[in-house]
Amino acid sequence: MNRIDKKLKEEGKLLSIYFTAGYPNLDDTVDIIFKLQESGVDMIEIGLPFSDPLADGPTIQDSSTKAIKNGMNTNVLFNQLKGIRDKVSIPLIIMGYFNPILQYGVEDFCKKCNEIGIDGLIIPDLPIDYYEVNYKSIFEKYQLYNMFLIAPQTSDERIRKIDSISNGFIYMVSSSSITGSKDSFSPEQINYFERIEKMNLKTPRIIGFGVGSKETFNTVVKYSKGAIIGSAFIKNLQNSGIDSITSYVSLIR
Amino acid sequence: MGAVDIKRQAPNVARMKMLGASVVAAESGSKTLKDATNEAIRDWINNPITTHYIIGSVVGPHPYPDMVAKFQSIVSKEIKSQLIEKEGTDSPDYLIANIGGGSNAAGLYYHYLEDEKVKIISVEAAGEGVESGKSAATSVLGKTGIIHGSKTLLMQTKDGQIVEPYSISAGLDYPGVGPLHAHLLESKRAEFMSITDSDAMLAGLEVSKLEGIIPAIETAHAFAAFKYLDFKPNDIIVVNFSGRGDKDLNTYIDYFNL
Repeated sequence: MNRIDKKLKEEGKLLSIYFTAGYPNLDDTVDIIFKLQESGVDMIEIGLPFSDPLADGPTIQDSSTKAIKNGMNTNVLFNQLKGIRDKVSIPLIIMGYFNPILQYGVEDFCKKCNEIGIDGLIIPDLPIDYYEVNYKSIFEKYQLYNMFLIAPQTSDERIRKIDSISNGFIYMVSSSSITGSKDSFSPEQINYFERIEKMNLKTPRIIGFGVGSKETFNTVVKYSKGAIIGSAFIKNLQNSGIDSITSYVSLIR
Repeated sequence: MGAVDIKRQAPNVARMKMLGASVVAAESGSKTLKDATNEAIRDWINNPITTHYIIGSVVGPHPYPDMVAKFQSIVSKEIKSQLIEKEGTDSPDYLIANIGGGSNAAGLYYHYLEDEKVKIISVEAAGEGVESGKSAATSVLGKTGIIHGSKTLLMQTKDGQIVEPYSISAGLDYPGVGPLHAHLLESKRAEFMSITDSDAMLAGLEVSKLEGIIPAIETAHAFAAFKYLDFKPNDIIVVNFSGRGDKDLNTYIDYFNL
């Protein structure tokens, strides 16, 4: 069974952390993953940095630019992750924009992910229809899950469609916005969380974008299986370094 | 608009403000057209209910390239009727346009795309030279990739990171071309040429003297192509005069010490 499914079947709410590979330093990737696992995080999204991250706010734009400057690229990341499964058992997902994957070669990329023990991919700028026709069979061949995103303006019809072809979880974007943490959620957002919950989708939902504190985490997990923290975690790395990971995670739950 | 471009074409910014627009500077990346497009798309993500149309060029996710091409197609529609009046035929021998993202070019070509007798020449910015590392010559330097939600020709590293382009002209300083233009290049319907900053600036000066019209530096690239092309005396050539140079006066002044 895919590690993501196994994790989703566990009791309780899941905390997933996103970080940009190669930031703050090129070789921090593996240490960050170890520390996240040690501190009890349920799932990790490893960000493959892209020069023009359209869905991201200033924090992840900045960490991506620095990571690329540090020398991060697809080959370097794969080399760093070699052997990661000897010590890490929680689900590992690579999240990135499609162009670097396309240039690496989609099949080669998926094959490499499978060898390393990556469980799935999140690619915000890969349209579902294009994926279905061109890449779905490749992802399946290498047992990689592809998680799709929905947002408040996504139509019910499209949500149903995504639900029907999804495996793992649906990445539910908390508001119509780019990434970046917020202090609280508006009544409209809560309405949206409730609306989606009432759709009784077969695929579990994990909420991300705008989650970054104990308070926002506790709010969104009332309406979902878990939450993803990205920008707030990266800001903490920036301010307090990788030794602060355990204490940061313990502040969330 | 990119913060760099706000500086280099200040009169255009002032004009927009006089018409009541607020102009927001894009401060990310190279602070030029690519980054302004990034920020426009991010603004759309943040305001999906109120924002229906955001990009001026034939780039971005479907259906924006199609929409912009259709809006710009008025250019070739008018050329058809004007040519009949002036030349007694509605089809020229050549269409020449400068191309960054490619919106004015798309408008110029639109109603002629099926008319294979009409030769199409797209002029892009070589910057300081195609091999100089400071260029926006996508047809030479680009490779298939994804930018702003389109699969098209794109200047990028082998890892798929988008390369910062360069041109003296704000409108041509883009690391890709609209997907329509990538198709026209691949299908050989259009011929692409790359013109350097210096050729373009000299052509801008020449057009000003000969015609009494100061062209935008973008437009000057299209005119600069003339010295590399052979025409017959009776050829009908249509160049899209895509913009006025008064927005670029600061650059002309600095460049020629006027």
